[in-house]
Amino acid sequence: MTAADFQGKTALALKATDVTMREAFVETVSAAMDTDPRIAVVTADISAGNFGAARARHPSRVINVGIREQAMIGVAGGLALTGLRPVAHSYTPFLIERPFEQIKLDLGHQDAGAVLVSIGGSYDDPVWGRTHQAPGDVALIDTLPGWTIHVPGHQDEVRELLTAALATDDCVYLRLSTRRNARAYPTGAGFTTVRSGSRGVVVAVGPTLDAVLAATSTVDVTVLYAATVRPFDHAGLRAAVGANPNVVLVEPYLQGTSAHEVATALADTPHRLLALGVRRDSEVRAYGTAEQHDVVHGLDPAGLAESIARFMR
Amino acid sequence: MTQGTVTTDWSGLPALFRRMTGDEKHEWAATSTLPALWTLYDKVLDVSPDRVDDPDRDRFLLSKGHGPMAFYAVLAAKGFLDPSTLDDWTEFGSPLGQHPDRVLVPGAEIGSGSLGHGLALGVGQALGLRAQGRTRPRVFVLVGDGELDEGSNHEAIALAGRLGLDRLTVVAIDNGSASHGWPGGMATRFAVEGWDTVSVDGRDQEALYRAFTEEHPGRPRAVVAVIRSEGVE
Repeated sequence: MTAADFQGKTALALKATDVTMREAFVETVSAAMDTDPRIAVVTADISAGNFGAARARHPSRVINVGIREQAMIGVAGGLALTGLRPVAHSYTPFLIERPFEQIKLDLGHQDAGAVLVSIGGSYDDPVWGRTHQAPGDVALIDTLPGWTIHVPGHQDEVRELLTAALATDDCVYLRLSTRRNARAYPTGAGFTTVRSGSRGVVVAVGPTLDAVLAATSTVDVTVLYAATVRPFDHAGLRAAVGANPNVVLVEPYLQGTSAHEVATALADTPHRLLALGVRRDSEVRAYGTAEQHDVVHGLDPAGLAESIARFMR
Repeated sequence: MTQGTVTTDWSGLPALFRRMTGDEKHEWAATSTLPALWTLYDKVLDVSPDRVDDPDRDRFLLSKGHGPMAFYAVLAAKGFLDPSTLDDWTEFGSPLGQHPDRVLVPGAEIGSGSLGHGLALGVGQALGLRAQGRTRPRVFVLVGDGELDEGSNHEAIALAGRLGLDRLTVVAIDNGSASHGWPGGMATRFAVEGWDTVSVDGRDQEALYRAFTEEHPGRPRAVVAVIRSEGVE
């Protein structure tokens, strides 16, 4: 598997001609490197070619380690310990799952920050099969203290979230996807109220928003949008719930990943929660398209509509 | 050499050891890492307790993390630690555990204990210093021959060799503890990846000093410190 393989496949998976999240990521980081001498990029072959221009301008701060993901995270930790702001990047399972102990120890335990940027989402390109799917990524990072987790739903949100992340020393996970919504929403602190209703609250995370809006177009519910899930906007959810404690959580990764955050937010009130996301009960041994996998997980508009209607009845 | 307050010399190390181990015999003398650690902190590293955040200091990374008594004793001897902190080590509230935590131990560059993490961190530090034009600081990483089993080391060895990190030195303690051994010696694993390598008697401080201070332009250096049979940690 080479970067070129991904490049071609990702381009094919995109329908529109506009900029992908990955392109927004590369552009934003490359531009930021020109003005911020702290920023360094570490890749493990995937997307290394996309940083060619940045590498030409900043050869000592664009480091491709080859297909060595443990070294990629370890190097990022070492860079941070010398005062740089490392950005490490790969396909989701190779960035988060394979070097997970390096993320735990070489970043968090060292008090060293980094921006980890993944592509591939949970199953952006199902033709690659299970090896290239990582719906457990957010749940894994969630086992570590102090991480900010962004799940943008639009390339313009990527630019804003990334620019803010580069300016800190924090541990930040930015989860990119070829799935996205038709428009961008504000990325500041807290959830965004996209629609107001009276029968309950649906929290749509990142690229699930458009499907949630389609599924609830005739349902009297509030829809909150979250491009940032850690920290979780407890106060925003609590305020939106008010006296109607029926909550639906729709996440594009492992089902129930943020259920404990909802429980924390609503600890002071009896409530009901329906957590929707990538199913946990079995591995989907099928290829095809991401849209077909949405149906399997009930994350397509029809599946969401059915689940939400049953829950809200 | 800009050492800070030196509170103890080599002859004082047994007493510092005893504060942790209660050992009245010679456990300290059998510790495989002690001659290398002492040589580094006494004669090689440009570090001192009043410059633990100086960006131009040398870095010493204890990658294997196990058996840190020698490390703590040397840090205490060199004024990074008050010797009294050795007395209740590993107790709740002590900064000193069975594996060092850089956030708790002044002078410890990394937290370690899980094997195979220090070398990639050291490669990252060498790259970070180079990117900032800090060409003077050196980075030393101590690994064990058992630790070398971890595949993560081999990612970092290959990478450091290809990138020509000549401010990086690995101190590879070979006390024959790897379950399946390293046929041909540990040095060959580094040499094949482009490292400058040298093997020395791990208890010969003069030889260690020469190995740590000889130039190795354009290449990282691996110093294999061979420890034979007197004892292991």
